[in-house]
Amino acid sequence: MSTNGMESWAVDLKDVGAIYPFQGTEVILVIAGLVFWIGWHVLQAKVEAKELADAERDFNVEHSGNSIDRY
Amino acid sequence: MGNNLDALTTVFTEFYYFVTVVFMFLIHVGFCMYEVGASRRRNHMHTLMKNTMLIPLVTITFFFFGWWIYWAFVNGPGITGGLADGSANAPWSPTMATHLGDRITGVFWAAFLLFSWTAASIVSGSVIERIRSSAFWIHAVLIGSVFWIIDAAWGWSANGWMVKVLGYHDAYASGVIHAIAGGYALGVLVVLGPRLGKFAADGTPRDIPPHNPWLVTIGLFMIYTGFWGFYAACNVPAISPEAIGGMITGETWTATNIYLAPTTLGAITFNFLMSLSGGLMVAYVVSKGDAFWTYSGGLAGIITASAGNDLYHPIQAMFIGGVGTFCAYKLHHYVERRFKIDDAVGAVAVHGYAGFIGVVIAGFMLWGQPSSPYEGYAAINPLGQFIGAIIMFGVLGFLPAFIVSKLLASRGMLRIPEKAELEGLDHHSELAYQAAVDDVRAAERAIAERHT
Repeated sequence: MSTNGMESWAVDLKDVGAIYPFQGTEVILVIAGLVFWIGWHVLQAKVEAKELADAERDFNVEHSGNSIDRY
Repeated sequence: MGNNLDALTTVFTEFYYFVTVVFMFLIHVGFCMYEVGASRRRNHMHTLMKNTMLIPLVTITFFFFGWWIYWAFVNGPGITGGLADGSANAPWSPTMATHLGDRITGVFWAAFLLFSWTAASIVSGSVIERIRSSAFWIHAVLIGSVFWIIDAAWGWSANGWMVKVLGYHDAYASGVIHAIAGGYALGVLVVLGPRLGKFAADGTPRDIPPHNPWLVTIGLFMIYTGFWGFYAACNVPAISPEAIGGMITGETWTATNIYLAPTTLGAITFNFLMSLSGGLMVAYVVSKGDAFWTYSGGLAGIITASAGNDLYHPIQAMFIGGVGTFCAYKLHHYVERRFKIDDAVGAVAVHGYAGFIGVVIAGFMLWGQPSSPYEGYAAINPLGQFIGAIIMFGVLGFLPAFIVSKLLASRGMLRIPEKAELEGLDHHSELAYQAAVDDVRAAERAIAERHT
């Protein structure tokens, strides 16, 4: 029993196709991948919103003047 | 070369490995940029030279004995047999020179040599700004021309005892290069101690920011680029079942991994990019967009998935890369806080922890698959992979580094003096630089005065 169905290489390679593990789970993998991708955007947007809120809170004219001068 | 097909295959293989070597050179360029960027201004040139000089030192020692070790130590020796015949790869062998009957040894030797540089260079970054160059170069030879190549003979060879007995599988070197180098770096760091000022009196770690974040990140980009060559160099590009001489039947030629088991360049291209992406995405979020850790996370993603990237599905590679990166990031900060380890570039985490985790994950993901095309080898399994990860990180990495560092420290040969560390390692060269500048300025002013 093996995770890709191959237990030996005593085969003719012209008869072999996919050799990745857990074949048959491709759709589940794609769904999980899509969830990961969308989740990443959600999480990233939250982190960025917090950073921008912090920058807004810390705003003062003198500091922003320095930032502008620094270019 | 018996006929035209043999000739074409040989010349293609020769050129293939030659190109991988050129690509892998970029890894070293990247490491140098990265280290210099991470060091403070008073240590630049020393940091650069420390890494640069490992190139000739590891090269000549790898020629003298490293390459022979790879062929001679596949049985331990003393585990599954005695010393194997490495005579064709001894430094006095005619095939270790210009030889029309052997076009492959030179390029294959060089591909392995570039891995040796990488192993030593991984250690180099973690110890910057306080190790003596003389001590580091001893370590560089040991990791680059002795310990990593022993682990390659054991677990990264078609005949290695770890492959035969444990079913060890590590196609793109999660353990064989990265776990051992990370473990080795940790062994040195435990003895070497942190940079001055790294920890507050209450033990809280301070961040020592890189002086040039741009250089650090471009250096890491360069390492990604070189990593393509590294991946290609881990494959045999085209070989017939007959030439493998194992159990594969039929006449279909294939690319193989280092164990001569079939894979494709397409597979590793998918998986390289997807594991890189998984690592980058997780690292960006977990580090809150920190550029240094995001780039390092890309590397950690590839490194974690590397053990099985010849066989994984790309989405599996993406998740595995993400998991390894998350663990490496968290472990780096935990170990730093708990054990006061100052790893200046996070090498122990990115290479060591991610590599270790990658080897273990491969044991579960590839459970039961053949580790070799030859008969009588153990199948890939979680226990074999776990033992393999401990051998790589602990037995051949951490342990020798710790012992050698202790020996060097006992003779005052490991760490630079405190005053020199404060003054900066470039003190001597900066004085010479300033003297030269003053001299030229004085000369030019004298010429200018003649015109007034």
